[in-house]
Amino acid sequence: MEYKLSDYKTEVHNDWCPGCGDFGILNSIQMSLSDLKIPPHDVALFSGIGCSGKTPHFIHTYGIHTLHGRVLPFAQGAKLSNPNLKIIAVGGDGDGLGIGSGHFVNAGRRNVNMTYIIYNNGVYGLTKGQAAPTLKLGMKTKSLPQPNMNDSINPISLAIISGFTFIARGYSYDIKHLKDIIKKGILHNGLSYIDVLQPCPTYNDINTKEWYQSYEIDKEDSSKKIPKIYKLDEENYNGFVSDENEIPHKISLAIEKSREWEKRIPIGIFYQNDKAITYEERIENRIENYLSNPPAKQIINDKEGYTIANIDNLLDKLKTV
Amino acid sequence: MGNYKESISWVIGGPQGSGVDSAANIFIKSVAMAGLHIFGKREYYSNIKGEHSYFTVRISNEPIRSHIDEIDILVTFDAETVVRHSPYLVNNGVLIYDPEIKGKKIEDIHTLDFSSKKKIKKILEESNKNYDLDGILNDLKERNINLIELPYLDLIKDFSEKSNDHTLSKLARITNVMSLAASLAIFNFDTKKMEGGIRSIFLNKPKIADINIDAANYSYNYIQSKYPDIPKKFIKNFEYGITNNNNIILAQGSQSSPLGKIVAGCRFQTYYPITPASDDSEYLESHLIIKQTNNDSNGSIVVIQTEDEISAISMAIGASLTGVRSCTATSGPGFSLMAEALGWAGMNEVPLIISLYQRTGPSTGLPTRQEQGDLLFAINAGHGEFPRIVYSSGDIEESFYDTVKVFNYSEIFQVPVIHVLDKFIANSIMTCRIFDYKKIKIERGKFLEKYNMTNSNLNSTLNTDSNREHFKRFDLEEGAISTRVPLGTENAIFWNTGDEHDEYGHITEDPEIRKKMVEKRMSKLKMITEQIPKEDQIKIEFEDKFKTNIEHTFIILSWGSTKGAILDLLERLSTEFKNIKFMYIQIKLLHPFPSDLLENTINKTTKKEMEDSFKVNSNSKTTIISIEMNYLAQLDVLLKQNTKINTDFNILKYNGRPISFSELYKSFLNIINDNNNIGKRVILESGV
Repeated sequence: MEYKLSDYKTEVHNDWCPGCGDFGILNSIQMSLSDLKIPPHDVALFSGIGCSGKTPHFIHTYGIHTLHGRVLPFAQGAKLSNPNLKIIAVGGDGDGLGIGSGHFVNAGRRNVNMTYIIYNNGVYGLTKGQAAPTLKLGMKTKSLPQPNMNDSINPISLAIISGFTFIARGYSYDIKHLKDIIKKGILHNGLSYIDVLQPCPTYNDINTKEWYQSYEIDKEDSSKKIPKIYKLDEENYNGFVSDENEIPHKISLAIEKSREWEKRIPIGIFYQNDKAITYEERIENRIENYLSNPPAKQIINDKEGYTIANIDNLLDKLKTV
Repeated sequence: MGNYKESISWVIGGPQGSGVDSAANIFIKSVAMAGLHIFGKREYYSNIKGEHSYFTVRISNEPIRSHIDEIDILVTFDAETVVRHSPYLVNNGVLIYDPEIKGKKIEDIHTLDFSSKKKIKKILEESNKNYDLDGILNDLKERNINLIELPYLDLIKDFSEKSNDHTLSKLARITNVMSLAASLAIFNFDTKKMEGGIRSIFLNKPKIADINIDAANYSYNYIQSKYPDIPKKFIKNFEYGITNNNNIILAQGSQSSPLGKIVAGCRFQTYYPITPASDDSEYLESHLIIKQTNNDSNGSIVVIQTEDEISAISMAIGASLTGVRSCTATSGPGFSLMAEALGWAGMNEVPLIISLYQRTGPSTGLPTRQEQGDLLFAINAGHGEFPRIVYSSGDIEESFYDTVKVFNYSEIFQVPVIHVLDKFIANSIMTCRIFDYKKIKIERGKFLEKYNMTNSNLNSTLNTDSNREHFKRFDLEEGAISTRVPLGTENAIFWNTGDEHDEYGHITEDPEIRKKMVEKRMSKLKMITEQIPKEDQIKIEFEDKFKTNIEHTFIILSWGSTKGAILDLLERLSTEFKNIKFMYIQIKLLHPFPSDLLENTINKTTKKEMEDSFKVNSNSKTTIISIEMNYLAQLDVLLKQNTKINTDFNILKYNGRPISFSELYKSFLNIINDNNNIGKRVILESGV
């Protein structure tokens, strides 16, 4: 069966604010799935809580809107029980890097083959604009009564040192580029993290669409404009690990690159290592037929309903004869 | 008091890490291999090395389900064990100790707790002895306790010279086998059986088994030749071999529930390390390949250690959504962290099992000790109202079968189930009937692995602008339980959300749908008490049926692991008090509470006796007693909340040590003899 883009959309009314950056991410996810021709029922989209958490309801795939901060554990549980599913997890920066930061770090340690997208806007939108973990220290958005007292998390660096094996950043108003990144993330064998710069038009009046899309005039050549956002691959950056020996160097490179902010902001793939062993492969090393007979696909009873597990050998060990 | 059955009560103790556990395991295995019934329980500190730990074991011809306070044979590795436990030695009992402890001062034992010091001080003062180890030994001698010196180091040296193996002196571990062989020598235990036990422990290490057997025989003969008269005092009419058949196993509580999970088809378990729940997950992880009948390929269980208990329950829920039977095992502190996700599972009608191994709370409490303090929390954990089942098991054997049942309930009713176990069950070991698992049925309720578009539940009444038909995960026309499919099923895409949802699983704040969804979910509670078989809700575990001229009826109510001590108690009381009728009802389904069933069962008993006037004395009265291990009498709180049943006594214990037969027996004698000093709350406090 051929699937059209419309097959990935639902009729549910979308109540995001007009001009919200979330729309670009939503469209990019739908387009990615459609481009990759993944049957809608093979996909399970998990989300956390907040505006971004509503995403699954607008996408016609299995959609699991979980708890605040817990999207990664829910999603990993589903993937490890049924590795045939295509799993995408989405959430805000408060959800994934604040209340859920422990799960973020530990998901990296596992490298489960799935994709995690953070809608990064620096504020808790649905609760009216409190400071979120990516908001810089000292910034005062219009929703804050006082400037932000916490320093910000660098999600790209955190993903790298936690062990994510595909780390990229997109911008929600550059749908073509974002779609391309998401497709690569989905195709990556391992845990991919995609940080999406997503202006919140209602509460974040600093990191706005205009701010992201601004540029500077080149001091040497006044006819040249230097845009704030630039694409890594257009400036000869290559984060791809082609040999295991390159890993330390590529990690340092990506961390260094992720520190660029304010004047110039890179988007694109910071780091990709498709040679790292996935959690599924680690389980397969313990359980030979794990991928062909995963937990979700195992038959546990016969036609009459009796258990087919045979524990005779385990009971024999407990016998006293 | 002494022994209640033809049994021996044996205790071994020493510093944690000194081999108390391995010695106890060899002892237990040897006795079980010799074909006797056994019950053992392990007590230990939250500590890796140095604090006092001990194992209590009872041996008998008959099944034993409880421990007693009194000790026949006490095996000690250090002075502290002598100080703590020797007060419980029965007259004519045996103390095995290392003569090295002589001359030691009690003040120098830094790990000794206040209550043990107080107790020994009082004993020594009353018998005019010095407050030191010599004083204790002198006092024991006066009590006709047989003092057996086992100079471990000298024996090892001597043994290594005789066997011409000088590396042995390094093997301090051999003290374990020497100490238990010494105690077996005391009751003339068959040495061939002892050898069998040792060999079965070191099954894959025949050389080590040989050394241990030699050492055991050496120690056995040493005792028998040095103390030839003692065994005569300990001749028991043991019928060796009565449990040596294919219908008996020696099982630990940390094995029975995971074995039940394998049989039930649980193929995904998550956990975060916590005492005493981790053993459950570790058992599964050690046996992750599952043999199957009528199937060439093996099954398997994926066990995942998560970063915390929030992740543990969330992963288990995520897995359950894919159709697998999934579970997470934890204890109180971990369960506290799971409360929010538990509500999500309730909201989205996701089957899920939480094996809740209770320990002493609140907070970290006594991390390695026993309590039944989480009953009300298990029933109420999580915000808002949602249906759940809280189900408890009373002993090791029962916990196996119950584990399969809770998986069935969870899928039939599409609710999370909290299967309540505890530290006492987890760290006990006993001979019991083999788990008869082949007749166990798996019931999955309205679960479909494939979904056909033509199924009736497809329509678009709530989705009129849609030209696409949708599967309704929460179809209201189906009643409380809707058809459930795993993620990934063709033609059945659905949504879940922690928000209130419509029939498809999309967010809604519509007041009418909200009301219907609340009623859909909450109506399961009634359905559960109607559909779970009565004998699985409450169980009459003991009833005197043939007594006449009954003057007094005692109805005992309890839940969970107090069962063993109660059963052993009633067996004895029933023969001692000919005119008292005893009845014991174990409540297994604690939420939703089987109110009517319990009331009717009790009323029927009391009413029937009135009718059978020839059976009952005209002044006959009824006393209802609840027994549990917490302060609030939490079961009694449930009785007050859900029934008209008024208890006369609440026997309670909350010092972290499980209820012993001995203290329960004493408390009942006081109640039966109508001792006026007794208030409604009877607080037990034995245990070291």
